[in-house]
Amino acid sequence: MNFFLISLIKTGIVAGVFMTTLAYLQWIERKVLAHIQSRVGPYRVGPHGLLQPLADVVKLMTKEGFVPSHVNLFFYILAPFLAVFFALISICLIPFGPSVEIFGVRTDLGLADINVGVLFVLAISSVGVYGIALGGWASNNKYSLMGGLRSSAQMISYELPMAIALVSPMLILNDLSLRTIVNEQAGYYLGVIPRWSIFQMPFPQVFSFLIFLISAFAETNRVPFDLPEAENELVGGFHTEYSSLNFAAFFMAEYANMITVTCLATVLFLGGWHPLWPVEYGSDFVPVLLMLGGSAVLLFHGLIQPVKGRPWDRLTMPAAGLVFGAIALVFLVPVLKPILMPIFWFVAKAGVLLFIFIWIRGTLPRFRYDQLMNFTWKFLFPVAIVNLLITAFAVALQGPKN
Amino acid sequence: MDLILFIIFATIAVACGISLVVQKHPIGSALSLIGVMGSLAVLYLLLGAEFIAAVQLIVYAGAIMVLFVFVIMLLNAGEETIKGRSWPSRLLGIPLLTVFLGLLAYLLQRMGPSMGTVTFGAFNVGAKEIGRSLFNHYLLPFEVTSVLVLIAILGAIVLARKEIDKCLN
Repeated sequence: MNFFLISLIKTGIVAGVFMTTLAYLQWIERKVLAHIQSRVGPYRVGPHGLLQPLADVVKLMTKEGFVPSHVNLFFYILAPFLAVFFALISICLIPFGPSVEIFGVRTDLGLADINVGVLFVLAISSVGVYGIALGGWASNNKYSLMGGLRSSAQMISYELPMAIALVSPMLILNDLSLRTIVNEQAGYYLGVIPRWSIFQMPFPQVFSFLIFLISAFAETNRVPFDLPEAENELVGGFHTEYSSLNFAAFFMAEYANMITVTCLATVLFLGGWHPLWPVEYGSDFVPVLLMLGGSAVLLFHGLIQPVKGRPWDRLTMPAAGLVFGAIALVFLVPVLKPILMPIFWFVAKAGVLLFIFIWIRGTLPRFRYDQLMNFTWKFLFPVAIVNLLITAFAVALQGPKN
Repeated sequence: MDLILFIIFATIAVACGISLVVQKHPIGSALSLIGVMGSLAVLYLLLGAEFIAAVQLIVYAGAIMVLFVFVIMLLNAGEETIKGRSWPSRLLGIPLLTVFLGLLAYLLQRMGPSMGTVTFGAFNVGAKEIGRSLFNHYLLPFEVTSVLVLIAILGAIVLARKEIDKCLN
């Protein structure tokens, strides 16, 4: 029963953090996009628009859930459920940190560790297409149908290079369990270069990492592969006919998929929770310095040189600066260190990848549909196979591990 | 615990199987088939065959059924209209079904004791063992199957090419 209780607590924590991240990822995306386009982004609700996600949730919840006539009601309602279910479920396979001791209880940071974890994540992501496809079909609208069809064609096509790109690091790391995969990436070459998959000998997996990332953009229907919801061609695509909470479900599914895919890339290619350089060279002080730096910038702009025309910054910025400083101090507490450090490195890597997702959305235009298909079948797929062959040869030449 | 899960998912599998036949709309049938395959994957999981369960989901629910649904949507197939059944099928349907079920039950009962029953978690082998036996013991069937699949792919391409050539000329 102890195991059951611990699992319940862990699930609660992960679900809570995951949902909050989901909501704020959207705020971060709007802010980053706004700054890329020389705007300020959400600013009115709360300081710097920090309460904007909350306002959005309230708005979506209080809107009328409108059901158009002539839809296939059962599938119309089922589709957003499926989308959000398959998007949220795969987070339970991601290991966030090593096994740690909290209040005398030894437990793994992460919900489940099954010995075919990678395959399971793939299976869930391949089933995830049903939500979008069904939603597009059940809406009884030709634009929605086109969006649903495009999304299923795109996801089937990009799953192949994605799966093949995943196989190469598994050949090198010699296991399918996500936790073992991360453990295999521990240690450093020459004491400095981390043994992550993208650096690991005999064949560094840089190419499969890039292929995985490109396919991940297509799998999550993000720019430049957001053909299923291309608004200049398809109105809103598969979610045109959805409103209120049903629409929110599709929205949540997209962001949840983004988070899961970046977590998976972190685990498979970027060494999970292992720091960028060894602890002996002071990698433990990175979060402290980062937080203190942020705190200093905020205090400077709040107290000494406030931005013109924003009088409330005199109050909010020093407050935020103090919060940052407090977080920096938390990272120095020796009892919390073994728990917080792995989580910091994991979140930092996943966060950088998420930022790249948003950055590319602000930078690249959308592909045309035939370009999209040509790109995956005639370029990405062969490159992935060649990469797999080279990796296999390298691993075979190196001989069996252990 | 295992038994409860088995009963739940076996029931779902059977219910989805019946729904597959009864559903009037092709999309409904396709989704019921996905339900059958998903619950079969859970049954594999109960037996301890995690690899097979994952592959079942990836290949059947993730690839084959997506294609089915895709084609049904593309053709925009409407609801089936039930025509009057012919008199032999009306007359022989239920008796034939009973005979088949009886035969199946008889055979299972005869073979049951000699073959023994499967216990939960009986096939607790990882992907490595499966790969090893696939490429040592069963190499020939494996390769023959791959050639078969290749032939099917080539056939599909030839058939599609014929249509395209006809359109172009």
